[in-house]
This record gives sequence, C-alpha cells and structure tokens, in this order.
Amino acid sequence: MPGKMTLDQILASLFPAGHSVGVTDGLITGEGPFGGGRLVVVGLDGDTPLGVEGALVLSRAVLDAIKAGESAGSRAPILVAVDSDSQRMSRRDELLGLYECLAHLAKTLLLADRLGHPTVGLIYGHSAAGAFIATALATRVLAALPGAHPSVMDLPSVARVTKLPLDRLEAMATSTPVFAPGLDNMVATGAVHAVLDPAQPLDGQLSALIADLPAGDIRDRLGRARGGRPVAQAIAERVVRQARGG
Amino acid sequence: MAAADAVSWYEASARQRVAAFLDADSFEEFVDPTERAMSPHLPLFELPRAFDDGIVVGRGRLDGRPVLVAAQEGRFMGGAFGEVHGAKLVGLLRAALDGKPSAVLILFDTGGVRLQEANAGETAIAEAMRAIAEVRAAGIPVIGLIGGRAGAYGGGGLIAGTCARLAVSEGGRISVSGPEVIETNRGAEEFDSRDRALVWRTMGGKHRRLTGGADAYVADTVAAFREAALDLIGRAPAFDRATLEAEQARLEARIARFGDCRDGAEIWARLGINDPDAVPAMTDAAFLETAAGVPEASHDAR
Repeated sequence: MPGKMTLDQILASLFPAGHSVGVTDGLITGEGPFGGGRLVVVGLDGDTPLGVEGALVLSRAVLDAIKAGESAGSRAPILVAVDSDSQRMSRRDELLGLYECLAHLAKTLLLADRLGHPTVGLIYGHSAAGAFIATALATRVLAALPGAHPSVMDLPSVARVTKLPLDRLEAMATSTPVFAPGLDNMVATGAVHAVLDPAQPLDGQLSALIADLPAGDIRDRLGRARGGRPVAQAIAERVVRQARGG
Repeated sequence: MAAADAVSWYEASARQRVAAFLDADSFEEFVDPTERAMSPHLPLFELPRAFDDGIVVGRGRLDGRPVLVAAQEGRFMGGAFGEVHGAKLVGLLRAALDGKPSAVLILFDTGGVRLQEANAGETAIAEAMRAIAEVRAAGIPVIGLIGGRAGAYGGGGLIAGTCARLAVSEGGRISVSGPEVIETNRGAEEFDSRDRALVWRTMGGKHRRLTGGADAYVADTVAAFREAALDLIGRAPAFDRATLEAEQARLEARIARFGDCRDGAEIWARLGINDPDAVPAMTDAAFLETAAGVPEASHDAR
C-alpha cells in the first residue's frame, strides 16, 4: 500500500490551477476553482483534535459558503477533508458545551446539503468519535484515501472497557468488522462510500462522486450489501413499515 | 402505574417513562419485544441481549396530538447505540417524514456508542443526525428530553445538540467526553471523575440550562417533562440559515465571555448570579426563579 497522501498532495491534485486553501491551528479552510465553479474546502489536518473553537471556525466557513451560494445563485460543493484526532477531551470543552459546537458544525453541513451544496467527506488520515461524526460523517457521501484510519476507539481502549484480553479482541477484529478500527471496517458498515485511487487525479474522481450523489442516506443499504451492518437497514425499514400501517 | 407527577424520571425505566409520559393507553410500539430484534453482535462478546436492544420506539398521543417517541433504556448496556438500537431510532425518524406527526420526542438515556458494535453505533448516530435535519426541515419539531441515569453522552450528546429543543432535569447530564473518558486520557488533575459535584457543575442540567445549552429545566417527574415537551413543541426553531447563524453567534459569544472560566460556578457568577455556590443545592423552584433572571438561558437558537 502506498503511504498516505498529504494535504498538500491532495490539494495539488484537486486544484491543478492553484487554490487558497490554508491550514491554521490544524483547521483547514479555503477554496479553489473546480469544474467551472469553485470548491469550498473545510476540515482538519495533522491529527488535530476538534474542540469548541475549532468547530466554530469550521461552521463559520460552511455558513459563509451557504451565504455566498445564496447571492451567487449557485451552490458550490463543499469538501470536508479530515485527518483528525477525536473530539478534544477536556473539562473546559465540555464546560463550554462541546456537544452544541460539534452538533452545530454537523448541522451547518446538513443544511448546506439540503440547500443544494454537494457535500463530500474525504478522510485521508485518522479520525475518531465526535470529531468524525461532526465532520466527515455529516456529509452526503464520504470517500477515503488508502492509508486512512478512522476509528471509534482503539483496540487497547476497547479491551479496557470491555474487559476482554487484547489478543482475543485482535483475533475477533479479523472476522468481525462491526467493532474494529480501520478503513476496511468503516467501508463494510457503509459509513465510507468509496475509496479513491491516489494514483489518479482527484479532481476527476471528486467530480464523478458529485455527479453521482446518492439521493438519500444509503449508508445502511451499503452496510447490508457489504456485510458490515447485517441488520440495520431491515430494522429501520421495519419501523417505517409499522409506522405506516394503522 | 403511578400518576405521572409521582413517577421519578431518573428512576423509571424507558417503558415506564413512555407509558406515563404519553396520553393514557395511547402508546403503540414498533418492532416490539415479541419480535426479538436483538443485537447480532453481543453473543460474540458473551454478553446478554435484550429483546428491544435497549430502546423503545413507537407512536402515541401527547395531549391528543399524534407524536412519535423513542426512549432509551439506560439500564441495558448504558443505553448505548448498537446496530439494532441505532436502526430503531433512525427508522422512527424516517417514519416521521411520511407520517407527519406533531413532534418526534427522544427520551435520551445513553453513554454513547456501544463499543462492542462501535462502527455500527457511530454510523447510526450520523444517520440519526441526518434524519433529524430532514425531519426538522419538514417543519416537525424534534425534542430531546434528558434526565435519565445514563445522561446523554458521546454521540448521544451530538444527537441532542441536533434537536430543535432540549429539556433537562437536574440529574440529566449532556456531554461528549464523559468524566471517566477525560480522566483516562488526561489524568485526574484534568477531571476527577469521582468528584460528582464537579460532574454536575460541568455538564449537569442546571449548568446547561443557565448557559442556554438546554431550553427548559424541569423537576425530576414524568409530569414535568410532559409539560415541558408540550411547551417546547410550540416554540421549536426552523431549520434554516437564520437559525444556524443565530446559533453560531450564540456559541461564539459564550466562548468569548466564558472561555477563560475553569469551573461552572465561575460562569454562573459572571452570569450575575449572586451566590453561585448555592446553585447546586437549590430546589427546583428556586433554581427556576434564578434561571428566569439569566438572559443567556433564553438565547436558545439551535
């Protein structure tokens, strides 16, 4: 497997004609020309944890893109590029309402999507837990690059919480995608829609994803087809069906 | 079943909460326990399963109005999101789009993602948040009620933050990282998880209400949650750019004003509360009076 692409390499491949995307304190914001219009980029680089301030910087950028789309009359696609840690774990962040700030960021992305901005996640490094949910998982379609390593919790921590020996968890992880960290497992659950080819230009691959956006949330359908979430789609459908009857 | 005003929300099970919360005998459960919709994954970990996977979903009436309800059972696996648990909530939210109820009510009681099914739980949380955005955009209020023993932690806290309105009791806690998680990662100097008073001051219902992190503070009874839900359904914000711009301004202002505070009591003092150290011991009635005098508590765009 090739080494993971850096953000600079990704941006160069997305924007052969140049761009204004920058990174401050691990927070990615900016844009560049794309497909006759422009592509807005927000995200996290360098394994950065997402705290209250960072979440509000990114949500501000998404709200600005929505506002710009209103006056321009065209809705630019938004790329959420992620190589992050988990949410920033601190007393101060929780005291200040991290749940509101992370949910707010997710809501701005969900609103942008509803208003017609194609939203695409791109995980190219690590991401975990609340930071993952508030960013890449709040997009319409989530792509990954080889070498990405999404997780909810690393196996040693899972071992601590579940009180199971690490070697047994490692053995279970090879056959059961539902709990183990790693890109293949998040692909299997349907959370990651597609894995991109780093040897090919990313602008074309991103354009293809945008041209073929799923109409709704198909993650549970993907999870069923790929075997990583065998029952979720059927259970959700059963609830919908029973709610319709009577 | 005792009268709703006598049932402690904190002590009640999910089923007891739903039964006493809704109009009498109006609840109809979807994918009920007789269907045995259990986790396909817990046996791998040699853990017991529940016939409802720790969540009750269905429809009923609230003061005569049709509503959809989901109630998490904090006493099964800490109310955590596994594959089936999450899918039941996602299905209920999707059902709201064609059933057009007066509201969807989520009775949170969760530690977050169920680690034994972590990837499925995390993905289900993302699906639930997307579905809430769609339900809210369709003009249907999604109201979160938080007062269970497991609180609303992890991804549960993010789902709560996606709701249009939140009601919380003193025992309710809303947070992303729980005290134990912070202590494990950062040490007891950062967060001593055994210091229960610190937990309440940092993420408890009173702190959330005073800082505008929840829209209503209620006594720990089913009747109080019911009354609050009825009120909140009537004043749910739209899901649009104006609301999110207002929320952006609200959250930025909070961080600018309180970002250097180390403790909840420091924030409460800065909010103009005369005796902040008295807040934790205040009766519900006295606290409601205090909260009514705090303007930040009513800055509630979400």
